[in-house]
Amino acid sequence: MDFIEKARIMDSPRINRALARLASEVVEENHGAGDLYLVGIRRRGVPLAERMADKIADLEGDRPPVGILDITLYRDDLSTVGAKPIVNRTDLPGDIENRNIVLIDDVLYTGRTIRAALDQLIDFGRPRRVQLAVLIDRGKEHRELPIQADYIGKLVPTKKSEIIKVMLQEFDEEEGVRLATAASNGRFFCIFC
Amino acid sequence: MNFNRKHLLGIRELEAGEITHLLDTAETFRDISRREIKKVPALRGRTVINLFFESSTRTRT
Repeated sequence: MDFIEKARIMDSPRINRALARLASEVVEENHGAGDLYLVGIRRRGVPLAERMADKIADLEGDRPPVGILDITLYRDDLSTVGAKPIVNRTDLPGDIENRNIVLIDDVLYTGRTIRAALDQLIDFGRPRRVQLAVLIDRGKEHRELPIQADYIGKLVPTKKSEIIKVMLQEFDEEEGVRLATAASNGRFFCIFC
Repeated sequence: MNFNRKHLLGIRELEAGEITHLLDTAETFRDISRREIKKVPALRGRTVINLFFESSTRTRT
């Protein structure tokens, strides 16, 4: 699937400023860092969670633990995805029982990824509370489930034919958030956004 | 490296990358087997059938 880049939404400094603001909001809403437990989703949610944990440590002197969630086995579209899914390890240090969890992902689109993440968390235990922080929200009109973020880096209203690509130095050459559109008029699959 | 075969009927024809992929995937399932909830929803609605072509050496009845 070829994509034509349409716009650069954010560069690296803007990403980090947004994360700093999200860290402040999380700490303000939760009255400190004390009982926070950050959980990064899939690939790109994980470095975002690590950076937020660092920024929370800067603010409060306390670095919350960071877990990793691979939601591949909880997706509701496994039989329709073309390529065979690759499962990576889930790592939730300690117990999540009665914890105050902040889920972190790069893009919120249909909400199905977050639904899968919630189901997976519940299979590990019963958190006291789960909140959601995302770098980019693609707009409420795309939601296929009643799921919203508590903390949003940037709201970017998009069309279904568009895609938001978040690139982070941990995985990609250049860091930034880009808006792209499908190059041909071929069918567009947004794989589990 | 991904696993793109539809069937797995033996391991002789597998490439090293495919074997590694299967073992890596098995590791994640080992983690799941150590949790309290040892199931995931991935195969919900599917039927899994085990066929044994030779008598079991353990089962007596």
